[in-house]
Amino acid sequence: MECQECHKRPASLHFSQTVNGNKTEVYVCEVCAKEKGYMTYPEEGYSLHDLLSDLFNFDAAQIGSHNKTFQQTTELQCPECKMNFSSFKRTGKFGCAQCYHTFSKHIDPIFRRVHSGNTKHSGKIPKRKGGNLHTKKQIEQHKQEIQQLIENEAFEEAAIVRDKIKELERQIHHSEEVDDS
Amino acid sequence: MTLEHFMKQAISPWMQEGGPDNDIVLSSRIRLARNCADTPFPIIAGENSLEKICHIFQQSYEHQTFQNYEDFEFILINDLTPIERWVLVEKHLISPHLAKKVQNAAALISKNEQVSVMINEEDHIRIQLYFPGLQLAKALKKAFDLDDWIEEKVDYAFDETKGYLTSCPTNVGTGMRASVMMHLPALTVTKQLNRMIPAINQLGHVVRGIYGEGSEAQGNIFQISNQITLGKSEEDIVEDLQSVVQQLIEYERKARNRIIEQSNKSLEDRIYRSYGILEYSRIIESKEAATCLSNVRLGIDLGLIKNVSRNILNQLMVLTQPGFLQHYAKKALTANERDVLRASLIRERLQLEKK
Repeated sequence: MECQECHKRPASLHFSQTVNGNKTEVYVCEVCAKEKGYMTYPEEGYSLHDLLSDLFNFDAAQIGSHNKTFQQTTELQCPECKMNFSSFKRTGKFGCAQCYHTFSKHIDPIFRRVHSGNTKHSGKIPKRKGGNLHTKKQIEQHKQEIQQLIENEAFEEAAIVRDKIKELERQIHHSEEVDDS
Repeated sequence: MTLEHFMKQAISPWMQEGGPDNDIVLSSRIRLARNCADTPFPIIAGENSLEKICHIFQQSYEHQTFQNYEDFEFILINDLTPIERWVLVEKHLISPHLAKKVQNAAALISKNEQVSVMINEEDHIRIQLYFPGLQLAKALKKAFDLDDWIEEKVDYAFDETKGYLTSCPTNVGTGMRASVMMHLPALTVTKQLNRMIPAINQLGHVVRGIYGEGSEAQGNIFQISNQITLGKSEEDIVEDLQSVVQQLIEYERKARNRIIEQSNKSLEDRIYRSYGILEYSRIIESKEAATCLSNVRLGIDLGLIKNVSRNILNQLMVLTQPGFLQHYAKKALTANERDVLRASLIRERLQLEKK
């Protein structure tokens, strides 16, 4: 069905209104719905991000109700990009990498809600920039391996893996000393 | 005009190859979101720093070849006409968001259109890679290779605990969105898909229409993708998605068999009616075209319609989108004019199959 206002785009929204028992129905596209005021949306439609910023506001409501004036005067602002916490909550977007540190105390609950309880990355590490992280990840994997081997009572093999871990830990220690000097 | 080859064909060269389960899965995609360290994200960055990023990509990657992805074309969005932007969106080479940007937004697209890197979209870098059929693990491996290749020239914003830092908290961690485009006519018609969607959501996956977030499902084509990006490895995410998709494939096949057994000619009738409409109509709206194309494709998959290639659904779905039609006509068209041109293009395309 085409939009009743512009007759160009397909109608994606259906509004029905009952005034004094007279029911009127309109089929319009999202663009016309906004232009003709069938609905009032903040900025660009209602997306996943709006839902998210509502999630953030849940947090704000709690803080705000306790001490509104306190919050206004000491609002967090990112030193790098000047994004403040209230505009982050409104847009649901970080301004720069530094924001993650600036707002670090407040964002874990958000991550938990968005990523089913997770707050810690456990995937790919950049090849060049990753540095010691690759070795650390290897150690983690070896530790899991050892657990498995011990459960299977393969103690000799577990000892070999343990030595591998020691060697890797030595490497990390060594490279950190180089970094410090 | 270097853009010409992207514009001419409705289906990208990589789509012409077959893939596993491609009676149901049209394509697999991996998208990685990355940002440059020490530069604010595009929503807040000054034009100067965004221009610098565009410049790095043009300098380092224009006309480069990486593995079998040859001759990357660097395209500034600003240099495109509105219709050309539209066409790239319809071919899924750029996002609607990137197409709306005025300054310092660009795309780097491989000649076979399998890889496209969007520059200064919501994040500085978004690497996208497509494979025909269901090939998520393979696509992931290739995406990692490309990621390493780009990291050679760019310092990524990465944090030990939070992973790859992105502008939106929904992408942080792996920055990865794996998605699969599926043709599910039998699950749609039997209304089983609607009942499955809540379960799919609970597993951390999202079901969307053909053009991503907020778009409607046209022609019974759905996009299934992961929602969670933090706390799981890319391999695990892809494996989870793969198993959901395999379940859906199995259900769709079962539903198709059941329809054939129970429909008593009515399915066959619907398929041939759709074929008739496509072959003879003079005016056709995009929604009707999509529905008919879906039915015809089902007819091909079920062996009812012979001598028509499977690609016809993917190809005509893109070819009959508003942007493509207007590009073909070389001018802006009213909705009515588009419906007429759409009908005539479809007729012509079906005639070609008969030769």
